[in-house]
Amino acid sequence: MPELKAIDCDVHPGVPDIKALSPYLDEHWRDAVEERGIPSLESISYPPNAPLTARPDWRGQNGVAAASVADLAPHVFDRWGADRAILNCLYGVQLVFNEDMAVAFARAVNNWIVKEWLDRDPRLAASIVVPPQNVEAAVDEIERCGSDRRFVQILLLAMGEVPLGRRSLWPIYAASERLDLPIGIHAGSAYRHPVTSLGWPSYYVEDYAAQAQAFQSQVASLISEGVFAKFPALKVVLIESGVTWLPGFLWRFAKFWRGLRTEVPWVDRSPAEIVRDHFRLTIQPLDGPTSPEAVERAIDHLRSDDMLLYASDFPHWQFDGEQPLPAGIPAGLTRKILLENPIATYNRLKGS
Amino acid sequence: MNVELRHPVRQRTQRVKPAVIDCDIHPKPSLTALKPYLSSRWWEYLQTYGLRPRHGFAKGYPYPKAAPQAARRDAWPPGGGLPGSDLSFMQAQYLDHYGIEFGVMNPLAPSGQAEQNPDLSAALVAATNEWQIAAMSGRDPRLKASIVVPYEDGEASRAEIHKRAASGDYVQVLLLSRTAEAAGRRRYWPIYEAAVEHGLPVGIHVFGYSGWAMTNTGWPSFYLEETTENATSAQAIVTSFIMEGVFERYPELKIVLIETGFAWLPALGWRLDKIWKRLKDEVPHVKRAPSELIREHFWVSTQPMEEPEDPDHLVEVMEWIGFDRIVFASDYPHWDFDDPFLTLPPSLDEDRRSRILSGNARALFRL
Repeated sequence: MPELKAIDCDVHPGVPDIKALSPYLDEHWRDAVEERGIPSLESISYPPNAPLTARPDWRGQNGVAAASVADLAPHVFDRWGADRAILNCLYGVQLVFNEDMAVAFARAVNNWIVKEWLDRDPRLAASIVVPPQNVEAAVDEIERCGSDRRFVQILLLAMGEVPLGRRSLWPIYAASERLDLPIGIHAGSAYRHPVTSLGWPSYYVEDYAAQAQAFQSQVASLISEGVFAKFPALKVVLIESGVTWLPGFLWRFAKFWRGLRTEVPWVDRSPAEIVRDHFRLTIQPLDGPTSPEAVERAIDHLRSDDMLLYASDFPHWQFDGEQPLPAGIPAGLTRKILLENPIATYNRLKGS
Repeated sequence: MNVELRHPVRQRTQRVKPAVIDCDIHPKPSLTALKPYLSSRWWEYLQTYGLRPRHGFAKGYPYPKAAPQAARRDAWPPGGGLPGSDLSFMQAQYLDHYGIEFGVMNPLAPSGQAEQNPDLSAALVAATNEWQIAAMSGRDPRLKASIVVPYEDGEASRAEIHKRAASGDYVQVLLLSRTAEAAGRRRYWPIYEAAVEHGLPVGIHVFGYSGWAMTNTGWPSFYLEETTENATSAQAIVTSFIMEGVFERYPELKIVLIETGFAWLPALGWRLDKIWKRLKDEVPHVKRAPSELIREHFWVSTQPMEEPEDPDHLVEVMEWIGFDRIVFASDYPHWDFDDPFLTLPPSLDEDRRSRILSGNARALFRL
């Protein structure tokens, strides 16, 4: 097998229509879609026609982007030179309030991914969509899909019902460690809470901006609750999180931890060290400054060469032109970001 | 942190101590101290129903603080009373000891700013405003007051600002950061209109209770998270001010972020610039890049200052924010107090140091 050059750690297969899932739903839910007129589970985290949801030149004739392997492969593999790509399907299973329905749709989405994507292009890998509405069912789905080595990660949304460190969710982390499937936390909300701690904002632009705040809260929660003391091999990938917020957040969080560590005695070393050991971030969007020199400074603030993973975020409109890597990434880091860091994160991609 | 006070005679006595203007001192009236300024109607109401902030605890806080009253253990006045309640002790322990030139007072609970009963809220803020002058700034001209407003009621807030602003004792309008809606929303615009009319900056101090979960993914478990999350709320505030078009409407408006930290601000500006570029057509009223609006309209206070492993990184962040936009804050008498002479990164030159310690605040508050 030829040596890999790059792994794209965040691309989005779009469910073209709820009917595309029909073959993968059981009879009850297949009928429910028809009889109850369920139009779609698409999320307002990515309004279908909003500019950010798909770059205009990547949309097909019907306005939909990345609805099939043929829409995705020419960009991700042929133009940008990745050898492998990880599919993160953002169909809004996590938003559903009926947990039986969420379980049915998570299974359907995962089976659709296998048949319509993984079976059609061996360069593709995927994250397991799980129903966090029911932790037991989520673990069942992880175990069901995890036996297929093409599933390389467990996908959760940045905004859910409770912060992700909460102990009710720990069976998911036990499964993650046991099956060598990192936890991928992707931008998006289950809309159980307003997207800011100050209520519902007026504009979509604020909703998307607020994603970066959710990631800060999740890092704080996962560390404060002691998840990494309990699961020392756990890896967490922050996907489409933005990157430049992380250093300033850690300087604040680590300082407060020093002052308040008696409250969380299981956190026995600085959160900054825990983050460098356990967390990875995808590179799009970087949310960097405009000058490449300042980008280099901002990346230096991470104090780690191991944390960034290459991602195009296709078809979300994060960059113009044909270069997914932001300008200003230090030359010595490029190979780490493109290949070495993703390989070190996703053991299931090694030698596959 | 709780540390022994250093001896007032410092080693650096051959150098002239720089002037210090502190933008975050917490005076603390007990409810009893506010009684002379409350009608019997509200005094009796308080005896019966108590304060009702937007959380469930009749006494204390949803997340227990690091120390009683979140105060330095040495800040309890020897003669009794709460930390921040006794002017002569505050003078001895803090103002005289450090040679503070001016201190801006930011009264927190029981100021009544976010009390659920709107009429009680209006009565309590009025009492707090009067108490600040009678008990503190009227007796020590180094102390400057903030106009606390019943911010969930825009018109009542406007009226309170008009009532107080003529007195030169008040140097800013004060809000808490966890408002029921993000601070840029239109219900709060009467506050900004009145502040601009009187040439007063609007200070936004952390904490308060919005009634919403403290993160956009639900309630955290620990005080460590609650206090860390003040920065995420502040990010939502800055985003809201910009995307609602507040600065297009009130181009003179100045916002001071107090105790929110500041290292997150450049990264937020970069993110907002990029998203704004993509989604401009959604917010056509926003005419300029968010980072430009931040640079022009926001000031940040130092405490609690982020502490990177490499101190130079903090200086870089300060450069990105602008050395004319950072003002010193001690947070006296709270547990995480910052010493004005030990806090700033040692590598700052005298010019930058003096701008942060006093120059920027002197211009901002016209002191």
